[in-house]
Amino acid sequence: MDNKILLEIKNLHVWYKVYGGYSKVLQGVNFLVREGERVGLVGEAGCGKTTTMKSILQILPPGDFHIPRGQIFYKGQDVLKMSFKEIQRLRSREIAMIFQDPTTALNPVFTIGNQIGDVIKYSTAFEENVYKEKIKIQSIKAIKEVYLPDPERIHINYPFQLSGGMRQRVCIAMAISSPRNLIIADEPGTSLDVTIQDQIHRLLNKIVEKRNTAIILITHSLGVAKEMADRIYVMYAGTIVETATPEVLFKNPVHPYTKGLLASVPKISGGGIAKGIPGKIPDYLNPPSGCRFQLRCEQESPICSEKPPQLFEIEKNHLVACYLTKR
Amino acid sequence: MDNKEFRIATIEKSREEGKWHRFWDMISRHWYHFSYNKLSILGISIVVLVILLAILAPCIAPYPAHAGPFVDFINAGQPPGVKYWLGTDPIGRDIFTRIIFAFRGALVMSIVVLAIAVPVGSLLGLIAGFYYKTIIDTIIMRISDVFLSIPPLVLALSVAAVLKPNLMNSMIALTVMWWPWYTRLVYGMASSVSNEYFVIAADLTGASKFHILFREILPNCLSPVFTKMALDVGWVIIFSASLSFVGLGEQPPTPALGQMVSDGAKYLPELWWMCIFPALAIIVMILGFNLFGDGIRDMLQSSR
Amino acid sequence: MKQVINNEILKIEKLKKYFHVGKDKQGPIYVRAVDGVTLNIKYGETLGLVGESGSGKSTIAYTVVGMYRPTSGQILFKGKNIGMEASRRSLSSKKEIQIVFQDPGSSLNPRQTIEQILALPFRIHTQVPKKQLREKMVKLLEKVELSPDYLYKSPPSIGGGEKQMVAIARAMASNPSLILLDEPTSALDVSVQAKIINKLIDLQKEMNLTYLFITHDLSLMRNVANRIAIMYLGKICEVAESVTFFEKPLHPYTQMLISSVPVISEEEEKLKPKKVISIGEIPSPVNIPSGCSFHLRCPYKIPICSKVDPEMIEFSPGHIVRCHLFAKLENKKQQRSDLYEEESVIY
Repeated sequence: MDNKILLEIKNLHVWYKVYGGYSKVLQGVNFLVREGERVGLVGEAGCGKTTTMKSILQILPPGDFHIPRGQIFYKGQDVLKMSFKEIQRLRSREIAMIFQDPTTALNPVFTIGNQIGDVIKYSTAFEENVYKEKIKIQSIKAIKEVYLPDPERIHINYPFQLSGGMRQRVCIAMAISSPRNLIIADEPGTSLDVTIQDQIHRLLNKIVEKRNTAIILITHSLGVAKEMADRIYVMYAGTIVETATPEVLFKNPVHPYTKGLLASVPKISGGGIAKGIPGKIPDYLNPPSGCRFQLRCEQESPICSEKPPQLFEIEKNHLVACYLTKR
Repeated sequence: MDNKEFRIATIEKSREEGKWHRFWDMISRHWYHFSYNKLSILGISIVVLVILLAILAPCIAPYPAHAGPFVDFINAGQPPGVKYWLGTDPIGRDIFTRIIFAFRGALVMSIVVLAIAVPVGSLLGLIAGFYYKTIIDTIIMRISDVFLSIPPLVLALSVAAVLKPNLMNSMIALTVMWWPWYTRLVYGMASSVSNEYFVIAADLTGASKFHILFREILPNCLSPVFTKMALDVGWVIIFSASLSFVGLGEQPPTPALGQMVSDGAKYLPELWWMCIFPALAIIVMILGFNLFGDGIRDMLQSSR
Repeated sequence: MKQVINNEILKIEKLKKYFHVGKDKQGPIYVRAVDGVTLNIKYGETLGLVGESGSGKSTIAYTVVGMYRPTSGQILFKGKNIGMEASRRSLSSKKEIQIVFQDPGSSLNPRQTIEQILALPFRIHTQVPKKQLREKMVKLLEKVELSPDYLYKSPPSIGGGEKQMVAIARAMASNPSLILLDEPTSALDVSVQAKIINKLIDLQKEMNLTYLFITHDLSLMRNVANRIAIMYLGKICEVAESVTFFEKPLHPYTQMLISSVPVISEEEEKLKPKKVISIGEIPSPVNIPSGCSFHLRCPYKIPICSKVDPEMIEFSPGHIVRCHLFAKLENKKQQRSDLYEEESVIY
């Protein structure tokens, strides 16, 4: 079960420069992905999910960010200390990203085949000379793998000729067109309809299983995370508050935020909706010292405002960052 | 009842107190975004300097009398030096003084032209954009197309040439060619803003057309207008200099930058300062207003 | 019969809304956004209208509120026909029907303060003197649990959930009886959604409101709506009480929708129809397939489906479905045993 560690984020802090100082978006994110593992990262809008993923690939907006502390290890190498060339290699050959909105992720003026072909070209050019024919064969193979009908035609189509679900399939095809060790999927189904979203998730699951690729699935929906992930990280206001396997997390949530989030999800078996979580995400410019959830927490105690709680292993593979667990 | 009044009073009070706080917060927030690019600070410095020089011209200029009909043949054609910083012209007038006084004309020109062209153009654009794809839209936009189809300088030259050449008429000429740009700009904004849900919501509630046009749509079209205005000050100055270069602007002896450049060109290369310094003044002024305009754009975009 | 009429606040009859999008050799091309919809909403209930994007669910709301004029059909509000644009309606009918839009970012004017936004419906629909206006607005904000100093804030400076609360307050300002909620929480997080939904339910009881709740989120509807209607390509597929709806979904599309919902608990997992998995995509409303518009994606397709468009059938009291599988049953209603056999095929 315990495979080799592929990606490890240790105590990552990311600040953005804004009017009035630094917006302290990430406050000590700890994150771990093993080889071939499906990891879900769940959190609400503005909690820093996307920032975390962007810092792995070093695609944060240039000039505006600052990383005061933290390390990101990919296969034992610190990404933050890599040279530009090494990062390029990481982006083109090791990690693939699938974005939320398939309408803007594809360039409208190039054909699908052209865009998938580019990915193949840049991910393999270092080792062997890939010829046009070979690229075409490989990209059609990738289109076939995402179960798009008539791959030959899709290959010469432009993005506007495809529907939203088909475009997202193309984005997945781009991600898997060359062998990768890690796929980061940033809310791949959110902008699609429920039935299409279901199809995309099933497809992703199948591909990841077949290729034994690790995947980080960023989502705001607990239901999606439950269906897709081997292990779930729950994120709140720039910190990881709880991590466990879905079986454990949904039966036995410990952190007050996870509990509140779970209660807020409407169920198809009925039973009404809980009151939600009072308050809102703290201001990142002047976040409260200590635990960032304290202002919305019903079980707040004086120790919460002293220093941020660290992740604490309450049982195997179940880590919680809350002082309640230590009592 | 007491409770109610008390509550209202507290709200009022907090509103009054909050007002200044919010105002300063807004100012400093805008300044932060404006000054993010350091060139914008250079721009605003130039703009402020030019405006101050123009306003205080009679006090600052070393020889205020030189701005009018003045002759001093003894000091004619002096090169730049201690007494005459930027030299004198063939009838002995100080170039520096005349440049400062020419700023006044240039600024008045751009203020007047924009003060007429912007409201007229914006209003027409707003109406055309609101009545998108109707006959009103067609009429307004085709008229503006007619104006836009004539090369701007040709249009301004012909209007200025028909009328008597003076500052007033060159302003009219420039205003005539300027308004359609604002019509186009606001038209595009207004037609997209009128599809926003807040406009639809106001319409469904039963708000009047006047309210929808001026309270809901117009405030959301203004930020590109302000950006364009700041950039356009420089352009108006260029066009007015072009008009006065060919003798259709301010008439001598009142100084105008374009007219000074064209006069100086006659004495090149011996009296080079006569031509070079007014030309430099034009360049610096326009650079300043353009950098300032870029800063305004950054500011309005990021503080959205 | 008369009682039934009195029972309904809104009656939509054979409503059609086509949009002209271009021309072809055969003639003009239309998007058939709403294609013959009949729906009733009773006083004080919440009707959930569920469908994928492009199913025409928002078009129904926009036509009811008066953004569009219906191509044909009738909209009866409290017995009066309101099948026209808002500009031709009387002020009183505008006051009675309000709408809350999906995106709170674009439904509030970013250049106005909350005070200005809330003042508009009061100014138009009520004769409140200026002095009492502020008091009224404070009360309104209290209703949606916002503090009075929100009056002086502007929309960009407050969060998405608060913006939606303001939009709800604006809709409540004119004291309406019917509110159309066009995906009011789909742009928000679940914890915020829970707060807003609870507030909406409270307000409904307090102010005696009727809701037409439009959404694509079935699990939300289960907890909010009394009745649910499913729409597919401009037509209603199934209407039922929300409990029967999840326990006994009839239409294959409904089953597909329920099976696609991501769930978090085991009791929910049991409710999901296992046999129907989602395939295909919703076709463009310009080229609606012949016969039953769902037949291309339907796992229980029978030959008649691609030829004849099925009729609405009342399968059981209050449970209406539009599918050939049940039409066949309808004809053989005397043979009850048959019915159960067919049912076992479907589940």
